[in-house]
Amino acid sequence: MSTGIYILALAVLLAGLYAMVAKKNIVKIIVGLLAIDYALNLMLVLVGYREVVRAGCRESGLPPILAEGQTPAQLAAMAVDPLPQAMVLTSIVIGLGLTALMVAMGIRLYERYGTFDTNRIRRLRG
Amino acid sequence: MMPFVPLLVILPLGAAFCAVAMAQVNWLRRLTAPLAMAVVLANLVISAMLLGAGDIRFFVGGWGPESARGIEIVCDGLSKLMAVTINLVALVAFVFAVPYMRRFTKVWLFDSLLLLMVGAMNGVVLAGDLFNLFVFLEIAAIASYALVAFGCEAEELEAAFKYMVLGTVGSAFILLGVTVIYAITGQLNMAMVHSLLGKVGPGGPAVLLAAALLLSGLALKAAMVPFHAWLPDAHPSAPAPISAMLSGVLIKASGVYAMARIVFNVFGASDHLAAILMAMGTLSMLIGVLLAVGQWDIKRLLAYHSISQMGYVVLAIGAAAQVASRPSPDMALAGLCLFGGLFHLFNHAMFKSLLFLSSGAIEQQTGTRELKKMGGLARRMKVTSFCCRVGALSIAGVPPFNGFFSKLIIIIALVLAGHEVLAALAVFVALVTLISFIKVQRYALEGAAADAHAANAVEAPVLMQTAMVVLAVICIVSGLAIVPLREHVLGPAADALLGAGRLLSTGGAP
Repeated sequence: MSTGIYILALAVLLAGLYAMVAKKNIVKIIVGLLAIDYALNLMLVLVGYREVVRAGCRESGLPPILAEGQTPAQLAAMAVDPLPQAMVLTSIVIGLGLTALMVAMGIRLYERYGTFDTNRIRRLRG
Repeated sequence: MMPFVPLLVILPLGAAFCAVAMAQVNWLRRLTAPLAMAVVLANLVISAMLLGAGDIRFFVGGWGPESARGIEIVCDGLSKLMAVTINLVALVAFVFAVPYMRRFTKVWLFDSLLLLMVGAMNGVVLAGDLFNLFVFLEIAAIASYALVAFGCEAEELEAAFKYMVLGTVGSAFILLGVTVIYAITGQLNMAMVHSLLGKVGPGGPAVLLAAALLLSGLALKAAMVPFHAWLPDAHPSAPAPISAMLSGVLIKASGVYAMARIVFNVFGASDHLAAILMAMGTLSMLIGVLLAVGQWDIKRLLAYHSISQMGYVVLAIGAAAQVASRPSPDMALAGLCLFGGLFHLFNHAMFKSLLFLSSGAIEQQTGTRELKKMGGLARRMKVTSFCCRVGALSIAGVPPFNGFFSKLIIIIALVLAGHEVLAALAVFVALVTLISFIKVQRYALEGAAADAHAANAVEAPVLMQTAMVVLAVICIVSGLAIVPLREHVLGPAADALLGAGRLLSTGGAP
C-alpha cells in the first residue's frame, strides 16, 4: 500500500487542527474536533495494517479472527495486527465522550451569550 | 501488598458510578459525600502503606510478565509519591467541599466527577504502558472540563470551553505520539519501548517526531509557557476545591509526572529533550511570575503562580536529564536535581491547594475575589488568615517552611550542574513571588475593610477550617521532616526515574 493514505490522514488531521485553533464559530470548532478524531483513528488502524505473502503474491492481511482448524501461529502469519484495532475502539469511545461534552457546553454557551461566535464570547482576559 | 494496588483505581471509579446511582434514591442522595470521603481515605491509607513496600508490578487480566501485550500496572517510587499526594489533596478537597458546595444543587454530581478525576489520576501514575497513560489522562481531563464548568455561569462555561479546546488538541498530539511510537517499536509497554528505542537509536526522525508530539501535548496539559493560555482562565473559574485539585495535583499528574516519565523512562534522558524541558521551565518560571504580580483577582493571581512554580519543577527535572545525559554522568547530582524538583512538586501540591482553599473560604465569606475589596480579614477570620499566611510564606520560600527548602535545593543543584544564570533567575523569581504575596497579605488580611461585605465577614465553617489547618500543618512539618522524607519517599522516586526502567525491564523482554 502506498503512503498516500497516510498523507490523507495527516491532511485531515491538519485540517481539523486548523479548524480548532483558527475558526471563530463553536460549531466549526466541534467539527474540527471530529476531523481530528477520525484522522487519529484512521492513523491507528493504518499502523496495524500489513501485507502478507500468500500463495506467492502480496495481499492485504486477513482480519484477526481465528478460523476453525487454524492454529494461532498460522493466523499470526496471515492477519493484520489486532492491537491497534482494540486501541481504536477505546479511542472512539473517548472521542464520543469529548464530542458529547463539547456539544453540551456549546449549547449552554449559546444560551448564555446568544451567539456561537467566539469573538463575542469574551468576558475573560485570557 | 500486590492485590491492593489496583484498588487505587477501582475504588474511586466504582464509587463514582455508585454516587450517580445513589442520587436516584432520595435518602441515599445525602450520602454521596461521606462515600467519596471514605473511598479517598481508604486510597490514602493504601498509598501510605505502599510507601513501605517494594516496587510492585501487577498484570491486569492474568497476562504474565512473559506477554508483551498485557496491561501492566507499575507501582515504583515515583508512582507512590504521586499517589500519596493525589489522595491527600483529594481528601482535603472533599472535606472542604462539604460546606463550600452547599451553594450548588446536585452535589452528588460534583462528588461523582471528582471521584472520577481522582481515580483517573491514580491510573495515570500507575500506568505501565503508553496507551493506558493516554486513556487515564483523557478520563481525568474530561472530568476536569466538566468540573470547571460546574457552576454553569457564563464565565465558567467560556473558560471551560477554552480549556477543553486546548486540552483536546493536547490529547490529540499525545495520541499521535503514542501511535508513532507503536509504529516504530510495535510495543506500548514503557520499559519495552525504552529498550527497543535504545536499539533503534535516539536520533531517528520518527523518534524525534514522537518525542515532539508527546512533549508538546503534555506541556499543554501542564500549562508550560508558551502553552499556558488556558490555565489562568480555567483554574479560577472552577469551585474552590476543584481549583485546589486542578492546580494542586492535576497539572502535576497529567503534565509534569507524565513528562518526566516519558523523558526518563521511555526515551531515556538525552541532551535535546533536556534542553527543551529546561527552556520551558525557565520561561514558565519567569513569565508566570511576571504575569502574576499585576493581578488583583486572588484566584487568578494564584493560577499564574502555579505556572511559575511548575516552571521550577520542570527546570529541575530538565537539569537532571541534562546531567544524566552527559558522557560521564554524575548520578548523585542528577539525583539531587530530581530530589529538589520532586520535593517542590509535593510542596507545591500542599501550599497551592492550601492557598486556593483559603481563597475559597475568603470568597465565600466576603463575596468577592478582588483583593482591593477585602481588607482587615486577619482580625475577623483568624484561622483562615493564619492558614493563608502559612501558604503564602511557603510559596514565597521563607524559612523554615517547606517551599524554602525545595527552592534552595533546586538552586544549589543548578549551581552544581553549572547553570549559574538559571540559578540566579530562580532566586529572582523567588523574590518576585515574595513581593506578590506580600501584596496579598497587605490587601486581603491587613488594613481596614474596603466595604461592608468585608467588614461583616465572619470565620468560615469548621470543616473548611479543618481542611485548611491540615494542609498548613503539612506545610510546616514537611519543611522540617526533610531528611526522613528524602530517605523514604523522594529518594526512591528519583531513583525510579534515574534507573530508567532498569527494574521494569527485568523479565518480559520481547
